[in-house]
Amino acid sequence: MSTAAFWLLAVVAVASGVMVFRFDSMARATFSLLTALLCVGGELIVLGLDYLGIVTILMMTIEMAIMAVFMVMFMMNPAGLMPMTMIHNKRGAAVICALAFALLVAGILLAPWPSRQGRPPADPTMDLGMSLMGPQMLTMMTLGMALFATIVATVVLATRRGRYDRYGDELQAAPPADPVRGGVGR
Amino acid sequence: MLVLAAWATATVDARSTGPGREVLRLLVQQRRITRAADIPLVRLGTTLLPVAAVLAAAVLPFGFRSVSDLPDGVVWFNAMEALAWAAVWLTGWAPNSTLSLIGGYRFLAQGLAYELPHMLAITTAALGAESLQVGAVVDAQSGLWFAVWMPVAFGIYLLSALAMAFWGPFDQPAGADVAGGAAGELSGVDRLVFLGGRWLLLVVAAAFAVPLFLGGGHGPLLPGWAWTVLKTAAVLGFLLWARRRVPTVRMERYVELAWVVLTPLAVAQALVVAVVVLAR
Repeated sequence: MSTAAFWLLAVVAVASGVMVFRFDSMARATFSLLTALLCVGGELIVLGLDYLGIVTILMMTIEMAIMAVFMVMFMMNPAGLMPMTMIHNKRGAAVICALAFALLVAGILLAPWPSRQGRPPADPTMDLGMSLMGPQMLTMMTLGMALFATIVATVVLATRRGRYDRYGDELQAAPPADPVRGGVGR
Repeated sequence: MLVLAAWATATVDARSTGPGREVLRLLVQQRRITRAADIPLVRLGTTLLPVAAVLAAAVLPFGFRSVSDLPDGVVWFNAMEALAWAAVWLTGWAPNSTLSLIGGYRFLAQGLAYELPHMLAITTAALGAESLQVGAVVDAQSGLWFAVWMPVAFGIYLLSALAMAFWGPFDQPAGADVAGGAAGELSGVDRLVFLGGRWLLLVVAAAFAVPLFLGGGHGPLLPGWAWTVLKTAAVLGFLLWARRRVPTVRMERYVELAWVVLTPLAVAQALVVAVVVLAR
């Protein structure tokens, strides 16, 4: 049963991953990618990592819905009404892909894999969390703060209107000059 | 089947405008198709909405039994209602029409506004029960309901229930000012499935407030299922009342309210609950 589910999800994931590059329309490509990622979430559930699988589904759904906006905004021909391709430098890409694939397959076949020791833990998610977060908590916290600071910095750099536009040169204008009023009376 | 529906439409009084008549009318109506519409995406978007609502309902306990009491039921509910984001955007995008596209984008903006406080609110309930399992959340409320000692989280949940079903004061994604928004170009069965799915989502969101904050099936005298039905009806009745009393909230105003006021409030509520849980 779980073997069948694994293969079904795997085939659908790879197929919809391929379709991302076959579709002309950005909307179709985005949601084809979402299908692939939902199948990956399903694979995690099949492997017994329920929590991680469901969180993957949650995060990827929201992320790809937002991603669709950016795909449509930045790609040419968003609706797929004119022929276009998402593949560039075809020959070089094909060579790199073939080499990477051959390398990975050789690694899988030639590596001396260790045989299984002990039994799977009762709650794999808990064990995974402990091994990620337990000894490396400081690393994770630093990483989280660095990522968050990057997001804030990117938004600050990208925004067209800064605080001097809103509050004037002396930063004393009240109320701020906003094109649309916000919801808390500012 | 179609003949039967057509006959039923004809026999119902032509002047009555009940929901039953509207359903029959949509069943026999011919589907309009806009120029250069992406038909598969229309079908996907419209059917995804009720499917998401039904999947979210899988962890909903009726009394004390649900279809599947997953160990991560609270996250499952959150993940399934997030599928509505994809559904509404696709339905807005696919007909190749400006106003429905605006409706689809509006729902994404609204989603960004409501989702953050919403996640914190349902996390607070799970934190109070120290479990992500919906059954355990209900069990933790055999004494005191979570709505009593986490009123802020409960209020935020009710707001986001309205927002996720883009209904009542949050109906801008399908609002009259953009001629029906995301649902504007839908007709016939597509419209029935999409708007029916919105109702389903609203009912499921209202019903999920019962196990999360209102003690699930717990209550004196009556059996568990009866309490579930009564409480769900009370929450739905409150939401219906709110629609009549509250004017439409535009999402650019709600996003500021949600991020500047509701999110800090939700974090503070989670902090209070965390301290109580640690201390007991």
